[in-house]
Amino acid sequence: MTDPVTACDGQGPPVDLENQPVIVEVRNVNKAYLRGSHVIPVLQEINFDIREGEFLALMGPSGSGKSTLLNLIAGIDKVDSGTIVIGGVDITALDETELAHWRATHVGFIFQFYNLIPVLTAFENVELPLQLTGLTRTERREHVEMALHVVNLSHRMDHYPSQLSGGEQQRVAIARAVVTDPTILVADEPTGDLDRVSAQEIMSLMCRLSRESGKTIIMVTHDPKAAEAAQVIRHLDKGYLNNAHS
Amino acid sequence: MRTLKLLIRNAFRHKLRTGLTILGITIAILAFGMLRTMVNAWYAGVEASSANRLVIRNSISLVFPLPLAYKDKIRQVSGVNLVSWGNWFGGVYIEEKNFFPNFAVEPKTYVALYPEYVIPDLQKTSFLNDRKGAVAGKKIAEKFGWKVGDSVVLKGTIFPGNWEFTIRAIYKGRDRSVDETQLFFHWDYLNETMKKTTPRRADQVGFYMIGIMNPNLAGEVSTTIDATFKNSLAETLTETEKAFQMSFVSMTEAILIAIQLVSIVIIVIIMAVVANTMAMTARERIGEYAVFKTLGFGGWFIAGLIFGESLFISLTGTAIGIGLTFPVAEAFHDYLGTYFPIFFVERETVYMDIAAGVLVGLVAGLFPTWRAVKIRIADGLRRIG
Repeated sequence: MTDPVTACDGQGPPVDLENQPVIVEVRNVNKAYLRGSHVIPVLQEINFDIREGEFLALMGPSGSGKSTLLNLIAGIDKVDSGTIVIGGVDITALDETELAHWRATHVGFIFQFYNLIPVLTAFENVELPLQLTGLTRTERREHVEMALHVVNLSHRMDHYPSQLSGGEQQRVAIARAVVTDPTILVADEPTGDLDRVSAQEIMSLMCRLSRESGKTIIMVTHDPKAAEAAQVIRHLDKGYLNNAHS
Repeated sequence: MRTLKLLIRNAFRHKLRTGLTILGITIAILAFGMLRTMVNAWYAGVEASSANRLVIRNSISLVFPLPLAYKDKIRQVSGVNLVSWGNWFGGVYIEEKNFFPNFAVEPKTYVALYPEYVIPDLQKTSFLNDRKGAVAGKKIAEKFGWKVGDSVVLKGTIFPGNWEFTIRAIYKGRDRSVDETQLFFHWDYLNETMKKTTPRRADQVGFYMIGIMNPNLAGEVSTTIDATFKNSLAETLTETEKAFQMSFVSMTEAILIAIQLVSIVIIVIIMAVVANTMAMTARERIGEYAVFKTLGFGGWFIAGLIFGESLFISLTGTAIGIGLTFPVAEAFHDYLGTYFPIFFVERETVYMDIAAGVLVGLVAGLFPTWRAVKIRIADGLRRIG
């Protein structure tokens, strides 16, 4: 993964963002944490948009608030103030149950440490999000096989996570993230726990999802090389978003 | 279905830990079941009592006798339809460790009063016709290898001497609540011997056992009998057979309460052990629960996983424990049958075992579930890596 052009090479042209509608609107978002009696501001007055099909990399040093911002967009944390509208839904107005339902249908998650369930096979891990849908067993099987085919792991579907390499586990996690065909994919340091070769494979896969499938991807990383695969890079520093983006 | 598979696989992620926890529950349920069975065995005599039978004894104490002459007056009391009498004989067969209850009784009325002692007709006739004949319970006969026609010698403790009997009948219990470890023989044999050897002890009975026409008459009949012998040299105390048996049990009530408390303490201890296991389990998996929540699974699903696993472990141990209680109780009965003649696991004990197992599973899952459901996803995910 030394060259982002290599990672996305041969996977079609990037999506033309100018003609794409805005899918994520982040407005005046503030977030702080309490450490004992101290209030630590993590995000301050964050404003930006993400267009449909955009591959965005959020960068910044440790503690800059990038993972917190990702969690807020993914609906797994709550803003202190401000609004986040995704696909026309103001997720800051949703209660826990509504948010859980929204996440299940609109967000695919890719974590740094894969977060697969160790007692489930690759197939069963990918099938997990589909259990919350009304799909039949046969339909679920078709979706899972398709997702595992996309990440080129059809032959490992009966293996448990402990029987897979780190790169393979992350590919299973990506299959789990895309199997419900979510509105956005969020990835928190997806290559952070991988060796160079595996990291390159993962970035190549994400490029493919972006360019061939038109997925909207928001990725947190502090690996500049991984970020180069993204179309847009935004920087966070001490809770502020640098509005100049590349 | 997937959830069930998931919670069973989760339960065996730490095989040693789960195995030891199940073993602990098994032992606790086994101990609980055995203690409950022991308490029930203590009350077996009370439970087997008939509401149609009253016991009359000396009002001062059971060790003081009553005159045989009372029998005619008792018979005249309205509501009484059968009068029998007897003495606790307290004989020893070969040596004291071979203890079993043995009585001298008026045979014809006694057999009529106790239809739950099932005796074949021929043997009954043979017993009634032989003044030195005795009836032994099936269990005691099997234990000592007695057969009908065998001679048995008991060494008298209350009534000195060697007493020889011929086993004329072997009784079986009508149901399993009947004590099959007793031996009884003709009171006349005892009385006639007393007349020869210790005349002052002759014509004295230890108790009267009477049959009444209707259990509702028990109070009235008791009052009448006791009033009849008021201000005599041997005043009577008449009570139902149940109350009579209960008076023996109440002598050891403190022990029974202690046994019951211990059985509850065992359950509380195992509850703490399983709760600890589940707390460790949930703490280790808090990141996974956060992943489930991230994917959209709700608190109910997480609660189902933890409670399900807790109940699975608890009920597996309970099932094994219940399964073991029966053979262990059987072995215990074989070994100490003379002290606990009625020692079997009652259905209520099994229900209590199951209730205890469910309670342990639910209580053990309570705190870990609350913690897993309440934790914020972001905090849970932070625990990974």
